[in-house]
Amino acid sequence: MSRKIYKGARVVDPARNIDEVMDIGVENGVFADPAALKDAEVIDLAGYVLAPGFIDLHVHLRQPGKTDAETIHTGTLAAAAGGFTSIVSMPNTNPCADNPGTIHYIRTYAQAEGVVKVLPCGAITKGLEGQEMAGIGGLKAAGVVALSDDGKCVQNHELMRHVIEYSRTFKLPILDHCEDTVLASGGVMHEGHWSVFLGMKGMAAAAEELIVARDAILARTADWKVHIQHVSTKGSLSIIRKAQKEGVQITAEATPHHISLTDVEIKKFDTNYKMNPPLRSEEDRLAVIEGLRDGTITVIATDHAPHTNTAKAVEFDYAPFGIIGLETAVPVCFTELYHKGYLDLSSLISKFTKGPADVLGMPIGTLENGRPADITILDPEREGVVDADKFYSKSRNTPFNGYRYKGLAVGTIVDGRCVFSLLDNLRKG
Amino acid sequence: MNNPWTKKDLLSLYDLSAEEIAFILDTAEEFKKVSQRKIKKVPALRGKTVVNLFIEPSTRTRISFELAEQRLSADIINISAEASSLRKGETLLDTVRNIEALQADLVVLRHSAAGAPNFLAPRVRCGIVNAGDGAHSHPTQALLDLFTMREKKGTLKGLNVSIIGDILHSRVARSDMWGLLKLGANVTFAGPSTLVPREFAAAGVRVCDNLTEALEGADVVNLLRIQHERQRSGFFPSTGEYAKIFGLNKESLKYIKPDALIMHPGPINRDVELASALADGPQSVILEQVTNGLAVRMAVLFLVAGCLK
Repeated sequence: MSRKIYKGARVVDPARNIDEVMDIGVENGVFADPAALKDAEVIDLAGYVLAPGFIDLHVHLRQPGKTDAETIHTGTLAAAAGGFTSIVSMPNTNPCADNPGTIHYIRTYAQAEGVVKVLPCGAITKGLEGQEMAGIGGLKAAGVVALSDDGKCVQNHELMRHVIEYSRTFKLPILDHCEDTVLASGGVMHEGHWSVFLGMKGMAAAAEELIVARDAILARTADWKVHIQHVSTKGSLSIIRKAQKEGVQITAEATPHHISLTDVEIKKFDTNYKMNPPLRSEEDRLAVIEGLRDGTITVIATDHAPHTNTAKAVEFDYAPFGIIGLETAVPVCFTELYHKGYLDLSSLISKFTKGPADVLGMPIGTLENGRPADITILDPEREGVVDADKFYSKSRNTPFNGYRYKGLAVGTIVDGRCVFSLLDNLRKG
Repeated sequence: MNNPWTKKDLLSLYDLSAEEIAFILDTAEEFKKVSQRKIKKVPALRGKTVVNLFIEPSTRTRISFELAEQRLSADIINISAEASSLRKGETLLDTVRNIEALQADLVVLRHSAAGAPNFLAPRVRCGIVNAGDGAHSHPTQALLDLFTMREKKGTLKGLNVSIIGDILHSRVARSDMWGLLKLGANVTFAGPSTLVPREFAAAGVRVCDNLTEALEGADVVNLLRIQHERQRSGFFPSTGEYAKIFGLNKESLKYIKPDALIMHPGPINRDVELASALADGPQSVILEQVTNGLAVRMAVLFLVAGCLK
């Protein structure tokens, strides 16, 4: 029997409106009433914040298919180092996760080599091609927690309507990468001031907003959950806000990079600033922060997208989209949102815990007794500089190398077991 | 003459000060005299190797650079995309590092991707001269435009320059804009509203979608080549309609100053963006632009070669 009591930490559990110094008990990997635990090992966490294990709804693990950029092992190590206990893996692997076999493969590797929990997301359409519905019932039976064609976007509105309706039966939320692919075709950055001055092909905000509006309308028609991935424009937010007010089951996530960076960075022609959706204008960035503040956006997700240096060390036009984010999400968000006064501690933690758990409809993201003991320990005041050479991820494609942060995850506990920590007493425990 | 030039690369006029731009133009004046001599060659780049790496096809710019290099007595290698190992999947960076391993001193790069020379320059020892990168920048074209205007008008300060056509896809318009603004000229952009982004107003450009308004009081009109491809992508309905509404013709002459210059970076679509009569008329300086291009490119190659470590 393993019994532990975490003492003295400021406990923040947004799902239960808890924010106070209290003890947290764990027995055999499950939360338990600390008063009832006899002979428990006591771990002093005075001065730290103890939160439910962070959940990342948007991660590319690249296995199977692109294991030179990331594997399930290295990706989950990076997640642990970044403070995440559960990550949702996107289906655009090779082969892609449009079939139970690939889901079994991912789950088997995650079981054997995973450091944190991997929650697989299945494809919406066969081959992510946007033509035919994937075998959603079979994917559900194989263990997927959601559906997405992330990286691509179903353009056929009738098919999308059917997918949303059909998924309701299986209680699987749709996570949508919103992009009108004709309108955004050939674009490599945000269409606006900087694309005009740099002479680069832009991706219009309208390309995202048209599909966000489409999804809001279809979510209402189908009466089921659509979650907007990496929302990045002011216009998208006003559409989502309006739909939410009308009772449509639509949620949204923001990425740490859309909160902290804008398209002005592109003038460096550094491909570590190339992602899709692209870095937008300052007005859009502030609108995303406002969306987090007023609750329109309930989730922060990384869109961790590893690429090798070889793939990224090319002309901007030819580089693949995407940056890694698991190991920088907490420091960037604490610096940009908490310390700049946009979100209080509980609201920020909610975006990593209650928010994503609610999208998935899963009993995670809270410290309630009887639930698996997934915990993230935070030091909101810890300062430092991001050093990409020290990342656990296999890839280095980050725009945050050298970034000065304040606030860091210092311990990650999965099912009562410490999988990463900067604190000696946690590691020993 | 005090030499303010310290750069091993020429990437974009955006990166240059007014003083640096003026210094290139002054240097080009000297080189223009060389081309008017009986023996048109000087030993300025003797023993230096220049590689013309043209990933995107080009005729006039490539020939102009090649001739400039020859007149400076450089050794020259020409590489085009079709003939290079880029075809076999070698990256641009590897290609240039291989060129560098042969002790090349300068690479003149033409590339379809915006920012390709900016990406290369900090990663290699050799100098990079941008011969056009996507719709981003074409600094030597802008320099020859500035040179021609300065030569004809004496100064760029206060000059009204109207650039007409497909601004959105034009590296020439962007480079002209930076150079002209830095040297004190007034810049107007005009053309179909689908091809003339209003964002340029933020830099101090007057943006018009009406040709007459754009031509009023112009000292210089620079026409841009209109590509048929843009019609296919739905930016405007037909080249016929384009010529009627945005083409420069005899009618237009009443709006511009009587001594205004008519310029074009070439190649011209005759009677589309520019009426033949005007292209061949007394106000046209289009062929002088070509002549001046040689002097400007000699000056650029000479200056960057002087800053190699």
